[in-house]
Amino acid sequence: MILDLKKFIAEEKAYWTELETALEDLETKPGHRLKLNELKRFHYAYQRTSADLAKLRTYSSEPNIRRYLESLVARAYGEIHETRQKPHRLTPFHWFFTVFPRTFRQHLRAFLISLAAMLLGCIFGGFALGIDPAAKEVIMPFTHLKGDPSERVAKEEGADDDRLKGAKTYFSSYLMTHNTKVSIFTLALGVTYGIGTLIMLFYNGVILGAVAFDYITAGETLFLFGWLLPHGAIEIPAILFAGQAGLILAGALIGWGRPVSLRMRLRKISADLVTLIFGVAILLIWAGIIEAFFSQYHEPVIPYAAKIGFGMIELIVLTLFLAKSGKERSI
Amino acid sequence: MNSAKTATLKIQTPEGIFFSFQLAGPIPRFMGWTIDAASISVIASIINGLLGFMGIVSRDLASAATVLAYFLVSIGYGIVTEWYWQGQTIGKRLLRLRVMDVQGLRLRFSQVVIRNLLRFVDSLPAFYMVGGLTCLISGRAQRLGDFAANTIVVWNPKISEPDLSQLLEGKYNSLHDYPHLEARLRQHVSPQQAGIALQAVLRRDELEPQSRIELFRDVALHFKRIVSFPSEATDGISDEQYVRNVVDVLFCTKK
Repeated sequence: MILDLKKFIAEEKAYWTELETALEDLETKPGHRLKLNELKRFHYAYQRTSADLAKLRTYSSEPNIRRYLESLVARAYGEIHETRQKPHRLTPFHWFFTVFPRTFRQHLRAFLISLAAMLLGCIFGGFALGIDPAAKEVIMPFTHLKGDPSERVAKEEGADDDRLKGAKTYFSSYLMTHNTKVSIFTLALGVTYGIGTLIMLFYNGVILGAVAFDYITAGETLFLFGWLLPHGAIEIPAILFAGQAGLILAGALIGWGRPVSLRMRLRKISADLVTLIFGVAILLIWAGIIEAFFSQYHEPVIPYAAKIGFGMIELIVLTLFLAKSGKERSI
Repeated sequence: MNSAKTATLKIQTPEGIFFSFQLAGPIPRFMGWTIDAASISVIASIINGLLGFMGIVSRDLASAATVLAYFLVSIGYGIVTEWYWQGQTIGKRLLRLRVMDVQGLRLRFSQVVIRNLLRFVDSLPAFYMVGGLTCLISGRAQRLGDFAANTIVVWNPKISEPDLSQLLEGKYNSLHDYPHLEARLRQHVSPQQAGIALQAVLRRDELEPQSRIELFRDVALHFKRIVSFPSEATDGISDEQYVRNVVDVLFCTKK
């Protein structure tokens, strides 16, 4: 039997149009909610179109109508069988103060691995510089770090003019974008089953450890903390959160013997990855501002005690924020 | 769901209905990306030009705004357009490509963000080499970003309703004089064979004259072998006319 196409189209087209109109409404208006009677009609039109597609596939091989009906059924299928909650209205405060810290706490193990990788890098960096001072040339990423720490401190403290004058905002935006790119890259490398993420964290740790070792052994500990703490108290944890996100992705890819399909594992963590990386971006905006406008000024302009105190307060606030913010109260 | 290593992804609904998506390979996707890269450059240049006026107030502020704007455009372009246009960017719209959930479900914001952020790895070492190779190897033509975000990129060819007016509406069909043979023809011809005849009629103007003659000769011969109509019904009509009559019989049941 072959379908009488003209008769078939004439009889069924109204239902296809009805389904297409409803789909356009649902797709173009995110807040659009169907009433019960509309929902019933939508479901009926979907079932009818599905039946038409089955009929067409059995009794006719007309490809254009088949493709048209397939696209309608595919779109309606996505709407009807979607079980994940539709996104709510954008609530940035709720998201930052509740969702972000909760997500961090939920994946604490990934953060601890991230922290361990960086600490190992720090130890390695310090150790490498300790046994081979010539390694400084290779390890240090910036020229101003390759020189003698005491000479740099004397130069910075004795500077009469502001070397960032007229370029502070630019420097700040450069730091924000550069660090955010590094963070995104650290997250994205999670797709290498976490190996790339761990290497990035370790490498950053190596630089940090080498710098710390260099300045501490040169007797410039106060300068080091005064210089790094104000922005580092936020920037370093932000990189660690990006590493945490990368390791969450890696964990989902590996599965660790969980009886859940790879697709479901990835689906489960996708919102958490986005939460963490957006949180990281916000923290790096703050760190960028502090680094350009505050960290680069040393004694006698700003006393080290004030800078270290400021950095410590940031670290305490961040720790409390991550530990307590958005915590459900037990009854 | 069938994830066979073909250019299509088939999905079966709980109602037992199959539908398929035509997967986009690395070449059209790369072309789409080229258009998007050009779009990003244009948008960034426009913003750059507009921000140039800020330099009158503060050069530092203007430079900072330029750096931030370029960063936001290059990172946010894919996220914003794919979210706003339900899986499409300018390049994808032009090439009829669309990002979709791998199970045919609605695309989520987190999926859009993840697939766009993982471009950082897919674009390594240059010109999306990692992404392109992964796309070639993957059964669903996914780059790493698609894999992590559970998305696929499909190609939606332009779908138009067939112009059935090209069939023999209102014209004399000599085969109608033999209803019992018409019934036998409908019984013996499969939907696939009927579809070939219909496509030949609908697309006949796209063919070269010689190819058109040869095609209709072969198709007519095939249908003549299935059911043999008396010579009164077939004499004096061309092979093309014969096929049109057959299509009319198959697709437009006489009221």
